[in-house]
Amino acid sequence: MAIFKDRHYFRVKLDKDRDDSLWMRCKSCGELVFKRRVRENNNICPYCGEYFFLTARERLESLIDEGSFVDISRPIVAGDPLEFEDTKPYPQRVEEAQEKTGLPSAIILGQATVSSIPVVMGVMEFQFIGGSMGSVMGEQICHGMEEAIRRRCPFVLVSSSGGARIQEGIFSLLQMAKTATVRGQLAAAGLPFISVVTYPTTGGVQASIASLGDVIIAEKGTMIGFAGRRVIQTTIAEELPKNYQTDEFALAHGQIDRVIGREGLREELGDALSFFVEAVR
Amino acid sequence: MNDERTLDLLETKIRELRELNKTDGIDLSSEIERLEKKLEAMREEAYANLSDWERVKLARHAQRPYALDYIGTLFTDFFELHGDRIAGDDRALLTGLARLEGRSVAVIGQQKGRSTQENKERYFGMTRPQGYRKARRILELADRFGFPVISLVDTPGAYPGLESEEMNIGGAIAENLLLMARIRVPTIAVVIGEGGSGGALAVALADRVLMLENAVYSVISPEGAAAILWKEKERTKEAAAALRLTAPHLLELGVIDEVIPEPLGGAHKDFEATSAALKASLLQQLGDLDALSAEDRIKARTVRYRGMGRYRTLPG
Repeated sequence: MAIFKDRHYFRVKLDKDRDDSLWMRCKSCGELVFKRRVRENNNICPYCGEYFFLTARERLESLIDEGSFVDISRPIVAGDPLEFEDTKPYPQRVEEAQEKTGLPSAIILGQATVSSIPVVMGVMEFQFIGGSMGSVMGEQICHGMEEAIRRRCPFVLVSSSGGARIQEGIFSLLQMAKTATVRGQLAAAGLPFISVVTYPTTGGVQASIASLGDVIIAEKGTMIGFAGRRVIQTTIAEELPKNYQTDEFALAHGQIDRVIGREGLREELGDALSFFVEAVR
Repeated sequence: MNDERTLDLLETKIRELRELNKTDGIDLSSEIERLEKKLEAMREEAYANLSDWERVKLARHAQRPYALDYIGTLFTDFFELHGDRIAGDDRALLTGLARLEGRSVAVIGQQKGRSTQENKERYFGMTRPQGYRKARRILELADRFGFPVISLVDTPGAYPGLESEEMNIGGAIAENLLLMARIRVPTIAVVIGEGGSGGALAVALADRVLMLENAVYSVISPEGAAAILWKEKERTKEAAAALRLTAPHLLELGVIDEVIPEPLGGAHKDFEATSAALKASLLQQLGDLDALSAEDRIKARTVRYRGMGRYRTLPG
């Protein structure tokens, strides 16, 4: 999505089938790096510490106990409720995203353990149409929270999204209402929701489910906020500070609980969850 | 609606003729009648098949009735409550108590300005975090005392700006959604003009969602969609059509409950009739909601929003 071009954040394809070169150049520091070393280092440049994008699968693996994941997503894919066509038909856009990511939608949902604590966890895939929240993502998030209620375990959502899936029109907007509604039920059932925000968490996702965590943990280097830099500059032409919508900005303004580097995120999540173990029983 | 100016011109001419008829003593009544019929026919032709983009323009019309206009006619004794108790008093979102046919209700109204000065004060109708938090206050108050909530929705969107972000506008919207999903009192939202994305939804999660015939409600403005998806600002008309943002479309899609008819040419052409139609619908809908217990209302609201979305289920 063009909105994010202003930041030098980029993705490295680590999939060997698509790109079999062993080396890559870090666009941040310019160093030539052995790709396997990057992969083993959570997609962080070993020289300058730049974070490269993690796919949803990589993100999931980086957070949960090895081999603990079981997919519990519903077998659903995007419809085309508005028969929407911009520069290409929406179904084609979805298909291309499916091919690109190997995922049916912009979210993975499953049960897993984190530091041996059972959780239901959703992880958004930014490479799937900007991680935008359409009907499928909204449904999977709600299904996840309902499964958490049924299994009596915490719900964890790792966000990475540009916001609403515009191609689904009003239905995408209403996913904000839908996820907030079921989030209320999770709270009523006395189950914790840990919201993990990663680069980027904006728009409709930030203005709904991602902001409703009992605890909100941000990955260092994230971007979190409602209206993107470009929206503000084109609508009201306001000068924005350099740290606009950064983790530092969100923490300073009281919008998130904690900021933690990628390498510490797994432990951080386990620590956060550990406080709720007794309460959930 | 290139025709609107022509129509208005004709209307003025008729008025002038009528004046002339009175003062000059020349009998022009047949001529006037002829012109009036012609005007009516032209109006019908112009407005019977409004394109989606034309409805967007009507929803944003400079003379369109705003929340305070409706508050003045739907209710008696509007008693405004100011401020979010934290940071300020948003003039783009008003809250207060009022009486609807003698009954105490809580009112939320997103308010645009008419003059430049007023628009400055009201941020062109764009709600800021102070506004959403003020709405939250009135929602909680309503819930404590059993007042039904009537929310008049009219905003281009939440105010995008540094100050909004510093005050966590996204979080404020999210908190409102959470609250509106679970309050015990009956809630009715009416989109009277522009239902601009999350900025509108934040006060529109309700038991019943009504729309005036020429109001629009969308995840993004046609201009925004054109810029992001088509990468061409000129494609706004196409975007307006693609988004299905008009009241008739949204009724058909099953996301709103009722469309309140407007006179030809829009609500501003006959505000009293529009307001009367809206009031009749409000009373009817509220009566239906009153018949349910709080538990049943919450259950129905939950089912309604839990079920929002369209997707394909894979076989097997």
